[in-house]
Amino acid sequence: MKDHDTLEHRLTQQGISRRSFLKFCTAMASLMALPPGTAPAIAAALAQAKRPSVIWLSFQECTGCTESLTRSHSPTLESLIFDMISLDYHHTLQAASGFAAEKSREDAMKDFYGKYLLLVDGSIPTKDNGIYSTIAGRTNLDLLQEAAKGAAAIVAVGSCAAFGGLPMAKPNPTGAAPVSDLIKDKPIINISGCPPIPSVITGVLAHYLTFGELPALDELGRPKAFYGETIHDRCYRRPFYDQGKFAKTFDDEGARNGWCLYELGCKGPTTHNACATTKWNGGAGFPIEAGHGCLGCSEPNFWDAGSFYTPLAAPTSNIGAIAGAAALAGAAAAVALSAADRAKKKSLQQTHEKLTVKDISN
Amino acid sequence: MNPQELLLWVRGTGLQLATAVCVLGMTYRLLHLALLGRKKNLAEARGSEWGPGLRTMWRRSFVLPELSARGKFTVVAGYTFHFGFFITLLFLSQHIAMLRAVLGFGWPALPHSAIEIAAILTLAAMIALLVHRYMDPVKRMLSGFEDYLTWLLTFLPLLSGFMLLHGIGPAYTQMLTLHLLSVELLLIAIPFTKLAHMLTTFSARWYNGAFAGYKGVKA
Ligand code: SF4
Ligand code: SF4
Repeated sequence: MKDHDTLEHRLTQQGISRRSFLKFCTAMASLMALPPGTAPAIAAALAQAKRPSVIWLSFQECTGCTESLTRSHSPTLESLIFDMISLDYHHTLQAASGFAAEKSREDAMKDFYGKYLLLVDGSIPTKDNGIYSTIAGRTNLDLLQEAAKGAAAIVAVGSCAAFGGLPMAKPNPTGAAPVSDLIKDKPIINISGCPPIPSVITGVLAHYLTFGELPALDELGRPKAFYGETIHDRCYRRPFYDQGKFAKTFDDEGARNGWCLYELGCKGPTTHNACATTKWNGGAGFPIEAGHGCLGCSEPNFWDAGSFYTPLAAPTSNIGAIAGAAALAGAAAAVALSAADRAKKKSLQQTHEKLTVKDISN
Repeated sequence: MNPQELLLWVRGTGLQLATAVCVLGMTYRLLHLALLGRKKNLAEARGSEWGPGLRTMWRRSFVLPELSARGKFTVVAGYTFHFGFFITLLFLSQHIAMLRAVLGFGWPALPHSAIEIAAILTLAAMIALLVHRYMDPVKRMLSGFEDYLTWLLTFLPLLSGFMLLHGIGPAYTQMLTLHLLSVELLLIAIPFTKLAHMLTTFSARWYNGAFAGYKGVKA
């Protein structure tokens, strides 16, 4: 049986001071845009929280989401969160392998039926009975459906699990689908991003531990606290956008002056994520600060939305060719109908009748 | 369809459809007009056609006649709206970025503050023209459903574009979708409504001038 005693007990055991624990709670409160006064309440709730069992299933993915969560510099909120949950199965992180690993998953599912949190990264191939990705001989679809049954809630980590992601890009050869397309009877929270920001993953888990429920979600199932605003809303280059000052290439004067990257394809205006405020790599910065536009990685379909380097205003399909074909068709129609009119006129002339406006094709 | 899929549709298939309808319709209309042909004029020509035709195109577009106060208002507000519309359309950096993607070349943009003034003047002129159309008994009698519809179809892209640029109203994704949709509606309506005048007006002016010129009348 796993250790599921209270967090306070475990933290004391590990020599983590109350001071650093409180610091963590304050950071969490601000991350989730809760009033600062709630930090002690979070601390009290977290201290008494039982460590929930967590099963993490990885499907069609690149391990980037796990990397994002584990490769942040330490000591981090992220490492603290691992002390708060009991990660009973994660086939990349766990020491056990083979039958032992699968057994730990089955045990956790049985022992904590109806109570465990199911974390999923990667999309689920559904074509040809899901044979395109299997673990221990079982399809991802099968594993997901089994694990979902006893889950209290499901957290879809990353854009693949949340929206389908790169595996779903046209022509979607494996029939990849997001969790929410396959599981309909459980609360699902989407933490999108390619990968998601580590502290957003921990923030959501902390919220769940503190309040015992999932946070408020937007229409795409993402926690509003992190995905309520766009990158553009909080971008430090925004004044340049408003003044119409745009970098035209990645190394022109505009780029050196830090002007807006809209014309270089920035998708910040239509992308909901916390990069501009929470930032990456322990607060070091976010992609736009490094001089590259936002790719829109936390939005559905970003993988099929055309080039990363064409501006949002540009069409995503070939307009010139369509216009050319339409002009030809219009010209052909005009020529054909005019010829018909002439023929009509001629035959009327022969019978000495008059061609009127009504006879002409419109 | 989630908001991103909808946006992708209006940036892709939707725009293709609207462009196809507009280009096909307008090519057909213009060419059909030209091919209608004119009856051979048996009278001896007393002047040329091309010179007076072109002159009339220019004069009716840019030389103002003596006008009454009511006429002045219509002309000034009308010109403000037409010029403002084209300045906003052709010189806003976002629009140039879009046109560059379609045409393969672009041109320098006007500063946002200049576009801002043009857009506000255009919106104001359009509202004033609508009010005048409704208040003035003659104009009102002459106006039908189509006149109000085409006004609306022209106004919506301007208004939604202004809101998009200023972050007024729904989120950017939805607002951009609405803006593009309104543009697509306008494109589709052009060949079927009086909006076709954006091209036929010039051939009509040429024809008027040429007609008079042939007779040796000073147009
Ligand atoms: S760089 Fe991108 S997110 Fe920032 S202001 Fe420009 S368009 Fe918006
Ligand atoms: S800036 Fe945009 S593309 Fe980059 S990580 Fe954030 S949401 Fe994703």
